[in-house]
Amino acid sequence: MNAQHQVAEIIVEMISSLPQAPREVSLDTNIARDLGLDSLAVMNFVMAIEDRFDVSVPMDKLAEVETIRDLADVITDLKGR
Amino acid sequence: MSILNKFKPLQASYDALRAAGGDPFSVCFDEVLSPSEALSKGKRMILLGTNNYLGLTFDPASIDKAVEAVRAAGTGTTGSRIANGTYGDHAELERRLATFYGRRSAMLFSTGYQANLGILSTIAGRGDHILIDADSHASIYDGCRLGHAEVIRFRHNDPKDLARRLRRLRDVPGDRLIVVEGIYSMLGDTAPLKEIAAVKRDWGAYLLVDEAHSMGVLGSGGRGLSQATGVEDDVDFIVGTFSKSLGAVGGFCVSNLPDFDVLRVACRPYMFTASLPPSVVASVLQALTRIESDSALRDRLHMNANRLYDGLTAEGFILGPQPNPIVSIRMPSTEIAIAFWNALLDAGIYLNLALPPATPDNYPLLRSSVSAAHRPDQIDEAISAITSIGQSLGVIEPPARRAVR
Repeated sequence: MNAQHQVAEIIVEMISSLPQAPREVSLDTNIARDLGLDSLAVMNFVMAIEDRFDVSVPMDKLAEVETIRDLADVITDLKGR
Repeated sequence: MSILNKFKPLQASYDALRAAGGDPFSVCFDEVLSPSEALSKGKRMILLGTNNYLGLTFDPASIDKAVEAVRAAGTGTTGSRIANGTYGDHAELERRLATFYGRRSAMLFSTGYQANLGILSTIAGRGDHILIDADSHASIYDGCRLGHAEVIRFRHNDPKDLARRLRRLRDVPGDRLIVVEGIYSMLGDTAPLKEIAAVKRDWGAYLLVDEAHSMGVLGSGGRGLSQATGVEDDVDFIVGTFSKSLGAVGGFCVSNLPDFDVLRVACRPYMFTASLPPSVVASVLQALTRIESDSALRDRLHMNANRLYDGLTAEGFILGPQPNPIVSIRMPSTEIAIAFWNALLDAGIYLNLALPPATPDNYPLLRSSVSAAHRPDQIDEAISAITSIGQSLGVIEPPARRAVR
């Protein structure tokens, strides 16, 4: 299992514990739309992810994130820095 | 299809807001009577949401200076500071601001928004890192977006989270710039500046404090939260505005960095916009003299702020964490917030309706800002109107039920 997959698995696990999480969460789940999160909730969720992986996601990188796969890619990239 | 189709969801939210009654975006004051009263649709309103903290918009000395200046130098400069837009008074105001803050240099901007836009986008460049409080004002977010530095948000008023994020950057090259506000505009809470200054020192970062809502309001000399918390020496840049306690319009940045003035030829929002008109510069010079010499204004402001904060707390409203001139009332839902705001307008009280996502924690707010110019009876009238509407909308319990608890 590669690093990106491990990161994605942990993110999916964290999302599944959110109260509003849909039953099926996959790499293609759209974070804002499918999880029903507004911009503020997305930010709070991302801050929890940042703590879990001990990274900070810069705002320009975050702006490009739509799906869980995108987020996993960004986190993996930041971890590898 | 239209290029504006992307705004359909926004238009729908706006229409829903308008359907509920008044429209916060189109409140119009037909006649402003004083810093604390205006006429709107023929009705007398108490102004409780205008950021006019010291009530200096009608200060006779400031008005006289503005009138003198408009007669002497005309209605506008018609040019930018790097062309024909620097007059003696612009340079004089910069010297006065530098002296007021005890700093080497000051730069004027045409609005407070532009001060943040200009300074943030310029001083941090590619390869640098800006760390901003998550609850920062739009001008801070926009200033960051205009520049080329990497921008990281830290949890609101959380120096530990800030330190964690600086630690994560420890092996990364580039300068670090921490950005916080003196008083946050939505809840009126102050930054834990002593602790943030300590983090700044630990990690060798630069610190910028936006004192827009705290200049003339906090500190024994009115120099804001930096003065009130005794950390002025740790603050590398202070950004502020003339449109609140100084009663006009415009912005500035002061700094002690020796090469600060190079920004005059690097900072595009400073270089490519018309400079402040002479009348504004003249009234601000006078207002600055007033806030330096008249600490009674500040005392009156805080007396009024405490009167409103304590009065609303006693009635059971949930307010921001600290009694400051910004007093925000938490609303249980957007629908109730809109109804409450409209009912207050009908009762002759104007304050600000703040809806998510512009508010922290996703709660709608009724945001008021108190002025030194308010009379105690105006504050009491506001408390009583807010209380009776709060009871009828079920935001607070009626007095009988509270009494038996």
